[in-house]
Amino acid sequence: MNRPFFLLLPTLFLLTAQAHAQGKYMTKTGLVSFFSTSPIEDIEAKNQQVAAVLDLATSQLAFSLPVKGFVFKRTLMQEHFNENYLESDKFPKATFTGRFTNLDPATLATAGPHSVQVAGDLTMHGVTQRVQVPASVELKGGQLLATATFPVSPADYKIEIPLLVRDRIAKVVNVRVALTCQAVASAVGAVAKPTN
Amino acid sequence: MTRHSYAIARFSGLVVAVLLGLTSSAQAQTDLLNDLEKQTTDPLKREVVTATFKATHIINSQSIETPGNGTLAFLIQHRFGTLNSGAYEFFGLDQAVLRLSFEYGLTDRLAVGVGRSSQEKTFDGFLKYKALQQTTGTRAMPVSVTLFASSAINTLKFNEPVERTTASRLDYTYQVLVARKFSPALSVQLMPTLIHRNYVAKEGMQNDVYAVGAGLRQKLTKRLALTADYFYLLPGNTAKTYQNALGVGVDIETGGHVFQLHLTNSKGMTEKFFVPQTDGNFFKGDIYFGFTVARSFTIKSQL
Repeated sequence: MNRPFFLLLPTLFLLTAQAHAQGKYMTKTGLVSFFSTSPIEDIEAKNQQVAAVLDLATSQLAFSLPVKGFVFKRTLMQEHFNENYLESDKFPKATFTGRFTNLDPATLATAGPHSVQVAGDLTMHGVTQRVQVPASVELKGGQLLATATFPVSPADYKIEIPLLVRDRIAKVVNVRVALTCQAVASAVGAVAKPTN
Repeated sequence: MTRHSYAIARFSGLVVAVLLGLTSSAQAQTDLLNDLEKQTTDPLKREVVTATFKATHIINSQSIETPGNGTLAFLIQHRFGTLNSGAYEFFGLDQAVLRLSFEYGLTDRLAVGVGRSSQEKTFDGFLKYKALQQTTGTRAMPVSVTLFASSAINTLKFNEPVERTTASRLDYTYQVLVARKFSPALSVQLMPTLIHRNYVAKEGMQNDVYAVGAGLRQKLTKRLALTADYFYLLPGNTAKTYQNALGVGVDIETGGHVFQLHLTNSKGMTEKFFVPQTDGNFFKGDIYFGFTVARSFTIKSQL
């Protein structure tokens, strides 16, 4: 009777360890903002409708945000952003899918933010680019806090900027991500399909 | 139990473990974003259709658009003389009629505005309210409806035979602007219109003038669009005496503001002028060249 038990033990351990240290963490109200600084004008926009899921077990993560969710100081700017720059009717979402390249879930047990590297595909305006971004993650009170700041060049995503406003919009825009993710109980149960 | 059954247990355990590992990682790689999209994409969600028109005016007419919460728009509207006025008048460029106006968005739906036309030294004030907004999604609203009401006062000095009363100087406009953005490029607007004039100069002239207007915007490129608007006067004395106002033009967006260039048979730029008092015949060359420049100022930041 000993041997089956021994066989079972590591399996059990493995399962519980997975369920405990990782699970998935997700949010639907994450924040993505960006800043463009030029000598003439500073432009800022915030989007608080960011959905993200981070899976510590597999080091995978995914983001999705509605482009129309960006709010600008100026209503006209917001309209132009959607109509002419990001063409959000044609490309309603910006997404990111990638992985933590050097995440050790064990270190997350210690308090405070931990630096990690994230690599993956950033898609917006119908263009996908491979990006590598330094980020920070922290487990606090059962929530996973994740932040990242990285540069994005509109030209890389075929976002055309007309000559007349070229001096007003930075060549490189700073993007900031700030998420507070809740633990997801079960990966299967979390997929709630709306019923018609 | 025999050793044989242990072996089976061990083997099957291994298979299960391997399978589990495989499926979970494969699923995570391919489906993480898909799962996320499934959870966040709500097919029942209705989204408001924006930017049906580029500006708050199509050409002569108002569009369903308002400046937006906390935004002040300054409009300079300009009409030169008619193209057929000859070389002496430099084909109309020697003459000019001007309307300056401010429009302010009290909320995203409600706007107030004031304007001053050089024609008959007219001040006007208006309210514009987006009553319905076109949406996408299930049980979508097919059209946007904006209600427009304005009053205009003529401040000319009338010395003979006597000065006119204030009431006799007032005209009112009521419009229901109904628009639909059929595609990102094409938007169409219909506008039932009532003009009430407290005072008319001659007997037989109508105090109440009814008209139906139509306007459209067709984008040619991302920043260039063709526009047109037209007012059909319902049969009556006014329709017999005056012309239907027609305008054709282009909207050019330069990034910061919108330039609207147009050709129209109407000199006036407020409803009380262009709906019941257009006298130019477009097809005989009574065409006024004009432009509108709108500059927006952010009074209240949205952030």
